[in-house]
Amino acid sequence: MELFRGLKARGRRFLLGVLAASFALFGSACETNVGPQDFLTPEGPVARRADGLWDVTFAIAVVIFVVVEAVLVFTLVKFRRRPGREAAQFHGNTKLEVILTLIPTLILAGLAVPTVKAIADLSKKSEGALDVTVTAKQFWWEYKYPDAGVVTANEMHVPTRTPIFLSLESTDVIHSFWIPDLTGTQDVIPGRTNNMQFIADEPGTYWGQCKEYCGLSHANMRLRVIAHEPAEFERWLQDQSQPAANATSGAAAEGQQIFLQTCVNCHAVQGTEAKGTIGPDLTHFASRETFAGATFANTTENLRKWVDHPAAIKPGAPMPDYGLSAQEIDAVVAYLQTLE
Amino acid sequence: MATAVWEQPRRRNIFARPTATTGWYSWVTTVDHKKIGILYGVTAFVFFLLGGLEALALRTQLATPDADVLSADLYNQFFTMHGITMIFLVVMPMGVAFFNYFVPLMIGARDVAFPRLNALSYWIFLFGGIFIYSSFLLGGAPDGGWFGYAPLSTKLPTDGMDFYAVGLQFLGIASLAGAVNFIVTILNMRAPGMTLMRMPVFIWMALVVSFLLLFAMPVIAVALFELMFDRLFGTNFFQVAAGGDPVLWQHLFWLFGHPEVYILILPAMGIVSEVLPTFSRKPLFGYAAVVFAGAAIGFMGWGVWAHHMFAVGLGPVANAAFALSTMFIAVPTGVKIFNWIGTMWGGSLRFNTSMLFSVGFVAMFIIGGLSGVSHSIVPHDAQQTDTYYVVAHFHYVLFGGALFGIMSGLYYWWPKIFGHRLGEGLGKLNFWLWFIGFNLTFGPMHIVGLQGMPRRIYTYPDGMGWNLWNLMETVGAFVIAVSTLVFLVNVAVSRRKGRYEAGADPWDARTLEWSIPSPPPEYNFAEIPVITHRDDFWHKKYFVGPGKTAEPVFSGGAAEAEHEAEHHIHMPSPSYFPVIAAFGLLVAAYAVIFGLPAVAIGLLITTLGFFGWVFEPGAAE
Repeated sequence: MELFRGLKARGRRFLLGVLAASFALFGSACETNVGPQDFLTPEGPVARRADGLWDVTFAIAVVIFVVVEAVLVFTLVKFRRRPGREAAQFHGNTKLEVILTLIPTLILAGLAVPTVKAIADLSKKSEGALDVTVTAKQFWWEYKYPDAGVVTANEMHVPTRTPIFLSLESTDVIHSFWIPDLTGTQDVIPGRTNNMQFIADEPGTYWGQCKEYCGLSHANMRLRVIAHEPAEFERWLQDQSQPAANATSGAAAEGQQIFLQTCVNCHAVQGTEAKGTIGPDLTHFASRETFAGATFANTTENLRKWVDHPAAIKPGAPMPDYGLSAQEIDAVVAYLQTLE
Repeated sequence: MATAVWEQPRRRNIFARPTATTGWYSWVTTVDHKKIGILYGVTAFVFFLLGGLEALALRTQLATPDADVLSADLYNQFFTMHGITMIFLVVMPMGVAFFNYFVPLMIGARDVAFPRLNALSYWIFLFGGIFIYSSFLLGGAPDGGWFGYAPLSTKLPTDGMDFYAVGLQFLGIASLAGAVNFIVTILNMRAPGMTLMRMPVFIWMALVVSFLLLFAMPVIAVALFELMFDRLFGTNFFQVAAGGDPVLWQHLFWLFGHPEVYILILPAMGIVSEVLPTFSRKPLFGYAAVVFAGAAIGFMGWGVWAHHMFAVGLGPVANAAFALSTMFIAVPTGVKIFNWIGTMWGGSLRFNTSMLFSVGFVAMFIIGGLSGVSHSIVPHDAQQTDTYYVVAHFHYVLFGGALFGIMSGLYYWWPKIFGHRLGEGLGKLNFWLWFIGFNLTFGPMHIVGLQGMPRRIYTYPDGMGWNLWNLMETVGAFVIAVSTLVFLVNVAVSRRKGRYEAGADPWDARTLEWSIPSPPPEYNFAEIPVITHRDDFWHKKYFVGPGKTAEPVFSGGAAEAEHEAEHHIHMPSPSYFPVIAAFGLLVAAYAVIFGLPAVAIGLLITTLGFFGWVFEPGAAE
């Protein structure tokens, strides 16, 4: 029933619902690493405000569409050429033209008022908001929680019912941050700090992805926001602020050695000498469900492929291919999996 | 015409003007607006096929999730080239093709104001297209999107974006030269009695488009120079580290880019405004309103560019202002829709292929217009932006609008250009496949967009609920391809001698071009007509009788004495200097990318071309 996901049965979505229903038979229901990304089912007040405007606009548009197309079709049928039909020679009708200019003007004026009000309201920062700094890089996201000193990547954890105030920065090209269920898009532009705010009502995972074309793997720059009850979020933050433990034995220890000779140039693992800032901070890598721009499930097999030859599964990924042997790769993967 | 006395050269010297009127050489040296119009049309159609093939490749890749038809790299090149092709090498030059052929014919002139400049524009356009496409063979096509956002466009490693920056600059010269030419032609060369408010709407749209080009092309020229300098000469217009600003590119690009949208659509609106009255047997409803709505769209088109940038973070005041201007540009567009329906209301509608495409335009443009208004709801545009919902919107405007209008124009004016109609049976098949394929391709994009599928992604995972819609879209794209083949077959079979012979006025039409033979003689009008009415030709055939119906005028009407005094008509002679001057620019363009000093050689050739242009005699010996 995957087709229904984007189009949950809400009465006012009737039109789309009918369309989706007619094809639902073909939908597959397999378990995948992705989730709904539609913006017709908002899960927070910011997205809901936009959705409310859309509902009104969509309804008006449907009415206009039906009326105008109906008049058009009526005209085509009624005035088709047939024996005895003479065209009436008239050049216009000033009164009608004025009326037909005023009607759309008034409709648009009616739409303009709530739109402008929403633009103004949504641009304000709420009291008691949690600050998160988002840094976009080709092709992944870094999240910093400045008050807690926590750094993570691709999966943003937030408390529910709390305004999250994002400061968005980019180090290379323009990206665009988007979590459709929670809020619309904000471009992330080098040299600027843009802001946006959202609130998640319920605990859960919300999916999104980079929306501004940013190069070869633009399609593979995904993200997710994971909302927890506030107490649970505090625990998560607490865990994330701990340094990583040293790997002491077996493949993991060997992997740590390799890591500290190669990966260290770009990656940081708090509590070790690894302090690189080019790639994601991996201190709690194993606690993440996905990696590489939230594109791949965090599984042993995926990790092996990734460490072996990153650009083969993610075109244009800047992570170099170190030509590690199969055994070395296994060791590095084993180490990464200790980074709870 | 020209009364200056020329010292006729005694012997054939290097400047002697070519005289061929048939064969390929006559096409290379022609300055006849009709031949140049055909060249524009044929060239643009070839590019349409190329852009269409790119679209088919893109759609094949997206037909299924996680597909492996195109690599990410090739996908990015193809979607970039698809946009560049359809905008700069298809829809724009198709409009120019119609302007070339019909502006002089519809205003009662024998040629455009500057025939050699006209030839120069064509050759620059052709060479520019070849230049950009040659990048596929020279290390990779542009891959930064037709919008070329900096700083990505300054950092992409292949020469592709150099071809983009230099190539679009190149094409811009052609557009500017054409714009100046049409403005002067329309303002100065109308037949006596053809006041501005008696001009056909198509001519009005040509005038508005030419002014838009005149003001818009310099803006993109600035942006492209900055991009080229950043890429090739190490400047820092868009480099943050050196104090540059990437948002500058977006302002410049969209300040050009939005008027560009109207450059693409207004010619089609002009065509529809000619076709609907003819096949409704009625004058255009609210002529003045349609003209002023077109002009208003032209003006307001300059005040909406930042609606392409609602997600940039310009702040609530700018976003609100551009939301308002975007909403209200829908008003003149709506006025046009009402007037087209009003034109058909009370008429006697004949649904041949040309009419079907025009009606299709009106029906589809309504959808594109409504989705356009929904973009102005800024908080929700933050959701729609860069999803397939936007792709659906602008294809409903540019395909459902511009390309439907162009097809309508081709079927409408084909008999005038070639002396025979296109077949109606194949024509209708062409239309219905086009109509169905179009809606199948772009209709589902609305839904998959609302389901959150972003644009410009070369692949998408399974399980998003996007699969079926994408498959439908791909099927639709192939239906459009079949429709295009039907059109080509129609063109081929309609050529058979005598099959669809058309006289001067096969549609019982309204405007001047139908008063002369098909195809028109080189000099167009044996005698320059004197205009007394809007739709003057109709008024020579009919008058409005007591019952407000059209009654035929019995004396004369169509095609009057044409052959009188043919040899007294002075027409501009062919010239080979425009193609030389254009070729020099092509050399210079390659040199900018591959060997800077050779720019001098290119510019030398161009200078020699202009030198010959100035010094060649005023007429063939």
